[in-house]
Amino acid sequence: MSDFWKRFSRNRQAVLGLIILCVVIFVAAIANFIFPTDPFLYSKFPLSAPGENGFLLGSDSIGRDVASGIAHGAKTSLLIGLIATLAAVFIGVIFGAFAGYYGGIVDDILMRITEVFQTIPSFVFAILLVAIMKPSIESVVIAITVVSWPAVARLVRGEFLGLKNREFVQACHTLGMSDVRIMLAEILPNCLSPIIVIGSLMVATAILIESGLAFLGLGDPNVMSWGFIISDGRSMLRVAWWICTFPGIAILITVLAINLVGEGLNDALNPRLRERN
Amino acid sequence: MLAGEAGSATPEYMEEMRKKFGLDKPLPVQLAVYLKNVIQLDLGYSFRHDMQVTELIIDRFWPTLILMVSTILLAVGFGVLLGLFAAINLNTWKDSMVSVFALITYATPLFWVGLMMIILFSIKNDWFPTSGMENSAMFYEGFERVKDIAHHLVLPTITLSLFYLALYTRMMRASMLEQYGQDYVITARAKGVSERRITFVHVLRNALLPVVTMAGVQVGALIGGSVIVESVFAWPGLGMLAFESLFARDLNLLLGIFLLSSALVVAVNLVVDVIYCFLDPRIEVN
Repeated sequence: MSDFWKRFSRNRQAVLGLIILCVVIFVAAIANFIFPTDPFLYSKFPLSAPGENGFLLGSDSIGRDVASGIAHGAKTSLLIGLIATLAAVFIGVIFGAFAGYYGGIVDDILMRITEVFQTIPSFVFAILLVAIMKPSIESVVIAITVVSWPAVARLVRGEFLGLKNREFVQACHTLGMSDVRIMLAEILPNCLSPIIVIGSLMVATAILIESGLAFLGLGDPNVMSWGFIISDGRSMLRVAWWICTFPGIAILITVLAINLVGEGLNDALNPRLRERN
Repeated sequence: MLAGEAGSATPEYMEEMRKKFGLDKPLPVQLAVYLKNVIQLDLGYSFRHDMQVTELIIDRFWPTLILMVSTILLAVGFGVLLGLFAAINLNTWKDSMVSVFALITYATPLFWVGLMMIILFSIKNDWFPTSGMENSAMFYEGFERVKDIAHHLVLPTITLSLFYLALYTRMMRASMLEQYGQDYVITARAKGVSERRITFVHVLRNALLPVVTMAGVQVGALIGGSVIVESVFAWPGLGMLAFESLFARDLNLLLGIFLLSSALVVAVNLVVDVIYCFLDPRIEVN
C-alpha cells in the first residue's frame, strides 16, 4: 500500500488532481451547511453580477444564487457519476467474466450483445432512454449505466482470457473449486487494477454525460445540477455571462481532476506500463 | 397527449385515436409492425411536423453532414499536426503545453465551450453569428450563399472539433512514440537517413494508421456531440431535430433519428475498414 502511494505521489499531476477532487467532495459534503436554504429558492435580486447583493458568483434570472446551485449541484454530479459507474462496472464484470472464462458459444453470444450496445451512438442512446423513462435521477443513472458498461465488459473479458489458463487457476481446478469461486476469488482480484483505472475514468465521462443530459432539459427537474444551471442561464447569455460560466468551470475542474487521478492510478497500478513509455 | 392538446378528450375519441395509431394492439405486435415498417424504410409519421419521419430526416441530413465533415477534417488535421509537434519536441515545454491543452479540452463539456464561444465571439466582439445556418432574410445566391454558410459554420465546427482534437492529438503523439521504438527506425538511422526524413517519411506514415481507425470509431460519439452543438448554435440539422423532438415528445421522430445514426456508425466503420486496406496492404478484406 505504501509502495502504491509512493508511486502515485511521484506523479505531480495526479496529486494535484486528487487535491482538487477532495476540495470538490468537501464542497459537496458541506453544501447543506454553507447554503442551508434550498438552491431553488428565488430572491428579489435577479441577475446580480458576481459579488453584488451578497451573491459570490451572482444570481440568475429569478434571483437564485449561482454559488449555492454549484455547491448543491456538486453533490448531484458526483453521486450520479459514482453510482452509474459502480452499476456499469458490476454489469461489465459479469458479462466480461462469463464471456472470458467460458469462451466458445457463451463468449460469442455475450460479445455480440456487447457489440450491439457499443455500436449505438452512446449519447443519442442515453437521450432516447431518458426521454422514454421520464427525466429523473434514476433514469439518468440507468441511461449512463446502459451506455457505459460495454467498455468494462470488453476489458474484463480480455483479462479473463489471459488469466484463465495460468497455473494458479489450473491448481484451483485440481483442488476442485467451483467455477464461480475461481472467477470471483481467484481471477477477479488479479484484474482489479485495470478495472479501477477504467472505473475512475468512467466517473468523469458519466459526469459529462449527466451535464449534457441536464443541459438538454433531461435532468431531474427537482434536483439542482450543473447542467441545469447552464441550460437555464442560456437565454440570459447576453446580459448575464456569469450564470453559464461558473457551473461550466466547475464541471471542467471536476472532470479534469478525476482524469488526472485516473491516469495517476494507471501509472501507480501498472508500473510496467510506465517503464515502457 | 395529442387529444389533451386538442382540448376534447372524450373516452370515445381517445379510443378512436388509439385504434388509428395501432396503440390498441399488444406491445409485441406494435414492435413487429414498427420493425416491418423500418425494413421498408418507413420510419413512421411525425404528428408534430405533420410529415413522414423519413422525409424530415432527409431534409435535415445535409446540414449535419456539412458540420460533421468539416469537424472531422479540422479535428483530424490539427490533431495530427499537434501530435506530431508534441512527439518531435518530446519532453520539452512545447510537449507539455500540447498535453495540458489536450487534457483541458478533453475535460470540457461541449455545450459550455459553445456558450463561451458565443459570449466571446458573438456578444463581446460581433465577429460571428450566434445561431442558424444562413441569413435567410438576405436571399443570397450561389457563391455568396456558400460564404454565408461558411461564416455560420465557423463557431459550431470549432466547438465540436475541440474534444476530438484532444483525442487525436493524444493518439497521434502515442502512436508516433510507438513507431519511433520500432526496428525499422534503427535501420534507417544506421544507414544514415536524416532525422527529418525518418520522421516525415517513415514514422509519420505508419503512425497515421491507428488515427484513421479511431476516426471511424469516434463517429458515434460525434453524432452525440452534434446533438449538443446543434442545439447550442441552432444549427438546423439532425441534432437540432432530435432536441426539438424531445420537447415535443415526438418519440417516433427521436427513434427514427436514433436508428439512422446507428446505421450511419455501421456504414462509416465499413468505409474506414476499406480505407484501411488501401493504407496498409497487409490487411485484406475477406
